[in-house]
Amino acid sequence: MSAQRAETVPAKGFDDPVFDGQATFRAAMWALARPGRVEAVSAALEPPAPLSREAAALVLALCDYETPLWLDARLAGVPAVAAFLRFHTGAAIVEDPREARFALVTDPREMPDFRVFAQGAPDYPDASATLIVQVEAFGDGLTLEGPGIEGRAAFGAAPLPADFVPRMAANRALFPLGVDLLLAGAGGVAGLPRSVTVKEG
Amino acid sequence: MSAMPAITYNFAYLDEQTKRMIRRAILKAIAVPGYQVPFAAREMPMPYGWGTGGVQVTAAVLGRDDVLKVIDQGADDTTNAVAIRGFFEKTARVATTTSTREATVIQTRHRVPETPLREDQILVYQVPIPEPLRFLEPRETETRQLHALAEYGLMHVKLYEDIARHGHIATTYAYPVEVAGRYVMDPSPIPKFDNPKMDDCPALQLFGAGREKRIYAIPPHTKVRSLDFEDHPFRVQRFAKPCALCAATGVYLDEVILDDKGGRMFVCSDTDYCNTRQEEGHRGEMSGASPSRQPFPPRGEGAEGGALHLSPPGRDRSEAAGEGASGGEVRP
Repeated sequence: MSAQRAETVPAKGFDDPVFDGQATFRAAMWALARPGRVEAVSAALEPPAPLSREAAALVLALCDYETPLWLDARLAGVPAVAAFLRFHTGAAIVEDPREARFALVTDPREMPDFRVFAQGAPDYPDASATLIVQVEAFGDGLTLEGPGIEGRAAFGAAPLPADFVPRMAANRALFPLGVDLLLAGAGGVAGLPRSVTVKEG
Repeated sequence: MSAMPAITYNFAYLDEQTKRMIRRAILKAIAVPGYQVPFAAREMPMPYGWGTGGVQVTAAVLGRDDVLKVIDQGADDTTNAVAIRGFFEKTARVATTTSTREATVIQTRHRVPETPLREDQILVYQVPIPEPLRFLEPRETETRQLHALAEYGLMHVKLYEDIARHGHIATTYAYPVEVAGRYVMDPSPIPKFDNPKMDDCPALQLFGAGREKRIYAIPPHTKVRSLDFEDHPFRVQRFAKPCALCAATGVYLDEVILDDKGGRMFVCSDTDYCNTRQEEGHRGEMSGASPSRQPFPPRGEGAEGGALHLSPPGRDRSEAAGEGASGGEVRP
């Protein structure tokens, strides 16, 4: 452990924490307000692999000592990632996904069931997890409906778990409970809040 | 040695941790439209009731390139609007405007602008009492249960009692709405005239209540339905005459008392809309007779001197009659 600690001088964070944080938040805000539309994330970061620049920017913009953070197995295996995130945000890294306010998923195909994360309570539906899911590309293949969308919108991202549509349907059925997704990658972020209905085609 | 730096604020006054906390609340508010997200509202350098909630939401979303407009009952030139505009000019150095079209962020007290909003705009409402059921059920634990169970019968009873007593729904402002088919929400004390503008609005609508420590939101293009009954459908106020200055119809009018002999006029509540129309050459029946309109006072005065500037002559707004229940209103 001590050898690892010595080598983890964390990579740099935002060049300008105030304005990079604000711009990244605004991208996440518009992404959740207009599900499926990809908003640009431009902050210059060099986080340790396999954490992507876009996902790292979202964590740095939104997390701090008040937000326990859960890392998927691929990230948890890289101590430099936890060191980087702890150093820049002060967030506690938790092993129990139920305790997490934010969860970082870099391997979406192996993404755990949404039910392992906090779903919120009927009188406090906001007490639910936000999943930051790292993807490689955005595209189409899915149709979205719901608040924030005029009519319907085409959306797609890769990679996603094979059972993504039934997962999102189960999440939607819990409304107003459920988790919210921020898909990060390819220079942008897209939002899939719990209010969205995801269909094939 | 360089001179001592002048006292500076963090961008937009709030510290970064506070902004992150508010931003997280905004994200959850967007994900659950109409649900009131609790947040740790801070003390602001203005008293509760003057828009501390709206100011904190604006501070959390504001960026360097934003253009900010602040309105108070539709007017850009009243004390609350001038002071808040000055506050952000001083603490964020953002550009400000009185034009609805130029603005990217519009903070509002009790009106929705008449000019249709665009999808790149954010409308931030100042909210005094966010809980629509509060005057029917004072206990927070109970109202929270009612929202959890979507049990809104109380609100319908209240509207029904209006009909039993007055023959029509007498609620004229803060008229309750149902958002995205789930949560009943207080639209803040906007006149019910503005309720239809919230439905399917292309802009993002954020609501901040500072004293009550709640944030809620309506995403763009979201269904917002004013509560009503099949035999007593929701109707907005109508006015007998057009605006006396710009002849606009189909807009919300304020009553202005002209003298102590019963003289009065009805003018647009939205000053930017009215000014724009007059610049375009529209003339109302009293545009010649009314005192000449003053140009807007210089920006930022609210933050500089601290002196209160009263409205220019002829622009006094009557706020009486229960805010929004304008005297010129004609009941259908």
